[in-house]
Amino acid sequence: MSLQFIQEPLDKATPHVVPAQAVTLNVNGEDHTIQIAPWTSLLDALREYMDLTGTKKGCDHGQCGACTVLVDGKRINSCLALATVYQGKKIQTIEGLGTEENLSPLQQAFVDHDAFQCGYCTPGQICSAQGLINEGRCKTEDEVREHMSGNLCRCGAYTNILSAVMEVLHDGDVVVDNGVLITVPVASTKASSVE
Amino acid sequence: MSQTIATPPTVRLDSDVIGKPINRTDGPAKVSGAAKYAAEFGVTGPLWYGYIVSSPVAKGKITKIHADEVLAIPGVQQVFSHENVSSFAWFDRAYKDDVAPGGSPFRPLHEPEIMFNQQPVALVVAETFELARYAASVLRIEYDVEKHNTDLDSVIGEAFDAPKGKTGFVPPPKPKGDMNKAFAEAPHKVAGEYIHRAQHHNPMEMFATTVDWLGDGKKMKIYDKTQGAPNVQQYIAKIFGLSTDEARVISKFTGGGFGSGLRPQYQVFLAVMAALELEHSVRVVMTRTQMFSFGHRPHTLQKLRIASDDQGHIQALEHKALAETSQFENATETVVNWTGILYNSPNTNFDYQLSKIDVYTPLDMRAPGAATGNFASESAIDEMSYKAGKDPLDFRLLNYTYSDPTENKPFTSKRLDDCYHEGAARFGWDQRNPEPRSMRDEKGMLVGWGVAAGCWDASMQKAAAKAVLSADGHLTVNSATNDQGAGTYVIMTQMAAQTLGLPMQQVTFNLGDTNMPAAPVQGGSWTANSVGAAVKDACQEVGKKLLKLAQKMDDSPLAGVNFEDAQFVDGHIRANEDITRSVAIEDILAASGEDKIEADGKAGPNPINQLKYSMHSHNAVFVEVKVDEDLGTIHVTRVVNAVAAGRIMNPKTARSQVLGGTVWGLSMAMMEETYLNNELGRYMNHNYAEYHIPVNADIHKIDVIFVEEEDDIASPIGVKGVGEIGMLGVAAAIANAVYHATGKRVRELPLTSDKLL
Repeated sequence: MSLQFIQEPLDKATPHVVPAQAVTLNVNGEDHTIQIAPWTSLLDALREYMDLTGTKKGCDHGQCGACTVLVDGKRINSCLALATVYQGKKIQTIEGLGTEENLSPLQQAFVDHDAFQCGYCTPGQICSAQGLINEGRCKTEDEVREHMSGNLCRCGAYTNILSAVMEVLHDGDVVVDNGVLITVPVASTKASSVE
Repeated sequence: MSQTIATPPTVRLDSDVIGKPINRTDGPAKVSGAAKYAAEFGVTGPLWYGYIVSSPVAKGKITKIHADEVLAIPGVQQVFSHENVSSFAWFDRAYKDDVAPGGSPFRPLHEPEIMFNQQPVALVVAETFELARYAASVLRIEYDVEKHNTDLDSVIGEAFDAPKGKTGFVPPPKPKGDMNKAFAEAPHKVAGEYIHRAQHHNPMEMFATTVDWLGDGKKMKIYDKTQGAPNVQQYIAKIFGLSTDEARVISKFTGGGFGSGLRPQYQVFLAVMAALELEHSVRVVMTRTQMFSFGHRPHTLQKLRIASDDQGHIQALEHKALAETSQFENATETVVNWTGILYNSPNTNFDYQLSKIDVYTPLDMRAPGAATGNFASESAIDEMSYKAGKDPLDFRLLNYTYSDPTENKPFTSKRLDDCYHEGAARFGWDQRNPEPRSMRDEKGMLVGWGVAAGCWDASMQKAAAKAVLSADGHLTVNSATNDQGAGTYVIMTQMAAQTLGLPMQQVTFNLGDTNMPAAPVQGGSWTANSVGAAVKDACQEVGKKLLKLAQKMDDSPLAGVNFEDAQFVDGHIRANEDITRSVAIEDILAASGEDKIEADGKAGPNPINQLKYSMHSHNAVFVEVKVDEDLGTIHVTRVVNAVAAGRIMNPKTARSQVLGGTVWGLSMAMMEETYLNNELGRYMNHNYAEYHIPVNADIHKIDVIFVEEEDDIASPIGVKGVGEIGMLGVAAAIANAVYHATGKRVRELPLTSDKLL
C-alpha cells in the first residue's frame, strides 16, 4: 500500500516579504529602535534584536510563562505580544528589576530560598511574582499558589518559589509552612532492629 | 520505632563548607537574567537562523522537496535536506555518542526514508528568525506513505530479550528457587499488570545550538544545550571529521535536561552542518512541538506476582517488563532488578524484553527504568501487605534485607530502615487507620495515607579537573562537567574551598567547556561523586605543592610535616599534631615568587574494592491524598520523603533535588502521558497545554529528610548522589494512598479522575 501525502502549506510562498520597519520600544527605562518584521513577537524582539536574553522562550505559545515581562507594571506573556503594539509603553524585563551585583528583594529571596534549579523559568517566575505583588490582590499561600500557576517550573521548585514570594509579599513577616528539611546524622550505633 | 528527629549535621569546624546549606554560586546570574543559555550567546559577525521542518508522516519516503519555491524568497539562504546534504561519515559508528544504545543511530537529513513521525526532514536557513520560520511554513514536501505500526500491544508476540551494552544497563537477575511452585503453594498472593505510556522530558529550555563561525578555517564555538559538552564534541568531531580545536563545545547553563540532553540531539548536527556548508554563524532552536520528536520514557507493560506465608514473609517474587523501542536502536533500561534488591525472596523470576515500533528511540528520563519498575513493584508490595494482613510499613520492614539478594553482596551502606522510622515519625504514620475508606477530613473528603520505598544505584564514572591557585590567592577549578540545575557549580566550589581551607568567595568553579578537563555526561546521579572526587584530587595536588613551598621558607614551622599530617584551614596550612605550627597560604605564595600553582586531578571507580559490594541509595516516601469521590479528583496534600544517599554536600541544593524528584513522581503518578494516535502514528498532545505537568497550585507540603550515611567505598568523598532517588517511591506511594482512601487499586498511570469514577 503506497499513498501520496503532500505537506501542503496554508499559503504559497510569496516572492515579496514585507520589509522590516523601525520600531521603538522603551525597555527598562531606555528607548531602543530596531528594524523588525511586523509579525515579530515582543519576546523575539527582546532576545534576538536587543540582546536582552534574560526573558526566556519556553514554548512560544503562551503556555509556560517563561517569557513573562511587565508592561506598565502588569505581567504579560511576551511571546503572545507583537512588539510593534508595545511602542509607547513601559516594558520591564528581568534585567530591569536588578543586576547580579544589586539584586532586587524578590531576586534575593529566590536565591536565599533556592527557588529555582536550572534557572530557565526563573526570570518569568520573578517577573510574574513582581506583577502579582503589583496587583495587590493575593495575600494567602493558596492565593499565591493559584496566581503563580501560569508559570511552569519543570525542575519542581514550586514550594521554594512560594516561600520566596510570600517572604517579599509580607516584608519578611510571614514564614510559610510548606515543608521542612531534616538531617539525621550518621549514627554510631546500628539502627533500631527489625521487628 | 526510633523517636529521634533532627539534630543538625555534625560540623567539624566553623570554617567547614561541605555539609552547609550554602546559596548557589550561580544564583545571582540566574535570577538577574545574566546566565546565558545555548540560544543566547552572541557571535562574531551576523547570525543566520535555521528552522527545522518535521515530517507529518510516521513511515515512508520523501519523493520531492520543493526547495526552489522558498529559495526564491529574498533573505532565504539555503534549504538543507537529504537532497543536498553530502554524506559526511560513512559508518554508523561515527554517529554513536558516549551513551548510545545498541543499534544504528538516527542520521539527520541522511536519506529520504521516514522512520518516525516528526522526523526532521529539512532545515531552512534565513537572515532572520521570522523569515526562516515563514519560509519553513511554506515549504512543500511530497511523500510516499507506507503503513506504520506504533501500537506496542500489537507486537507483544515479537518481544525479544533486551541486549546488553548500554551504559548503566544491568540485565535482569538470574531466577532463584521455583517461582511457580512457591506461588501456587503460598497462602497469600497477588498478581497484577501495570501500564504507563510514553512520557516526554520537556525541560523548560528547548534544544538549541548557536554556532559561532570564527572565520579561521573550520574553527567554531558551538554553544549547545546538552548534559555533557564532551559527548557532543566527540559526536560532532567524528561525523564532520573535525579536530577538538575546530569543534569547541560550550554549555555554561542548561535549562533542565532530566536525561533529554544525555545524547546529542539533531539540532546540534543541523546547526554545525549548516555553519560548515555556509561558512557562517547559525542558530537552530527546536519548537516545543519538536521537543516531542526525540527520546522519551518508553511505554512499558509490567506483570508482577508476589506471594507470602502466613507471617508475611515473601516466598515468591516475579517481575516482568516489556518496553517499546524504535526500529533502529535498542534502548534499554534497568526496570525489574530493583525489586529484587529491595526485598528478599527464596523464589524469584525476573524478565525484561523489548518490542519494536515506528517511533524514535526511547531515552533515559529521570530515574530511568527504576521509576517505571518502582511504581509497579511498590504497588504490588502494598497490595501484598493487605493480603497478608500486615500494615504496609510493617510488611516492608519484615521483608527488609541487609544485603543485596540479586548479587549476594553486602551493601556499602544502607539506612533505609532509618528512612522508614524517621519518615513515619515525621508523617505520624502511627495515627493511620489501616482500613481502606476509613479516614475523612473535616470537609468529608476521603483521606488516604500511603508508603513506598525506592532504590537507585550509587555509581561513579571517570572524571578530571584542573585547579589553579593564582598569586593573589584566588583558586580557580575547571572541569567540563554540566549543571542542568543540580547545583554542580556550588557544590564543586564547596569541595575546592574545603580541600584547601579557603573561603568560598576566594574560589571559582567553571564548567561546560570542552577546553577543560573531561567529565562524563551529567546523569545517573554520578556527578557529585565523580567530579567531586576529581576536584578534591586536583586541589590536594595543589595542596601538596603548597606544602613543599612552605617547607622551603626560612625556618619553616612546617618542616618535616607530611601532607597526610597537615590540615588546610582558614587560609593556613597547619600541622595536625600542633596547630600552632602554621603558615598562611598567602605568605607561601608571596615567598615562592610563583605567579600561579596548578595541578590536574582525576577520579574514577575503584573496582577492586567496589566489586565486593552492592552500592545503592534508598528512600522511603509517605504521602497523604484527599479524594473527592463525586468528581474523582485527587489532591496530594502532604509528602515526607526520607532519603539515605551517603553524605549530603549541600543540604539546600540537595533538598531542592529531592523536592524536584517528588514533583516528578507526583507528575508521573497523576498527569504525564503522551497520547500516541496509532492511526496517525503521531504523539498528539505535543505542547505544554495538553501534556500536563504540575503547576504551583498542585504542590503542597513536602518534608525532606536526609538520613546520612558514612560510605567511603561507594565514593572516596562519601557521596552517592540525589538526582534520581528523590523521584522513586513517590508514584507508588500516591497510588497506595489512593487505594487507602478509596479502596480502588489503580494499576495504570496516570491516575486521572476517569480511572476513579
